[in-house]
Amino acid sequence: MEKPLAITLFSGTDDKLQAAAVLTAGAAAIGRPVHIFLQYWGLDAFRAGRDGTERQLAPEAGEEGRAAVERLASAGQATWRETLEQAKAIGQVEIQACSLSMDLLGLTPGDLDSLVDGVEGVTAFWLTASEGQVLFI
Amino acid sequence: MTIQIAVTVDARNLSCPMPIVKTAIAIKRLASGQVLEVLATDPGSAKDFAAWSKTTGNEVIESDVQGRVFRFVLRKK
Repeated sequence: MEKPLAITLFSGTDDKLQAAAVLTAGAAAIGRPVHIFLQYWGLDAFRAGRDGTERQLAPEAGEEGRAAVERLASAGQATWRETLEQAKAIGQVEIQACSLSMDLLGLTPGDLDSLVDGVEGVTAFWLTASEGQVLFI
Repeated sequence: MTIQIAVTVDARNLSCPMPIVKTAIAIKRLASGQVLEVLATDPGSAKDFAAWSKTTGNEVIESDVQGRVFRFVLRKK
């Protein structure tokens, strides 16, 4: 069994979500289990009905960065949501919502994207995360 | 001996990590020992397929590049 990877996904901009999705798919392809913990704006991006193309970017993207991201998207790059869907199809990928962030945003499990497997607290997250590496995005 | 290719994955013009993702999906449907061909233009493909082969045990039996198109022939573990 390959070493598990835990990703604390705090950011909710499409570029950072894309980076997280790419890292997840790559890990899934080589058999590394991935556990994603959605906090704050990362969780906000996983409301049901969002399709991964809101196109909000990190401030450092600027105009040139936005143009580059849009160029790749119009060339047919998969959205972060599609990439995560594929990652789930090839490997062991679990996506959990942080319970504090659920409270913060006033969300119930029914408000979440079907990619989200459940809601957990930070203790449960660390229990599964402690076996492997942790990334904060 | 001619290698019998069971399926070809055309991942040309797809960005990383889609060539590997599509290959991982396609290889699931094959039986052990069957052979799959991949075409990709992602510039990271050469290193990515080598790394994927090493960790998954699926063997790269041929690899070449023509212009910007990488071609890999893989045998399922």
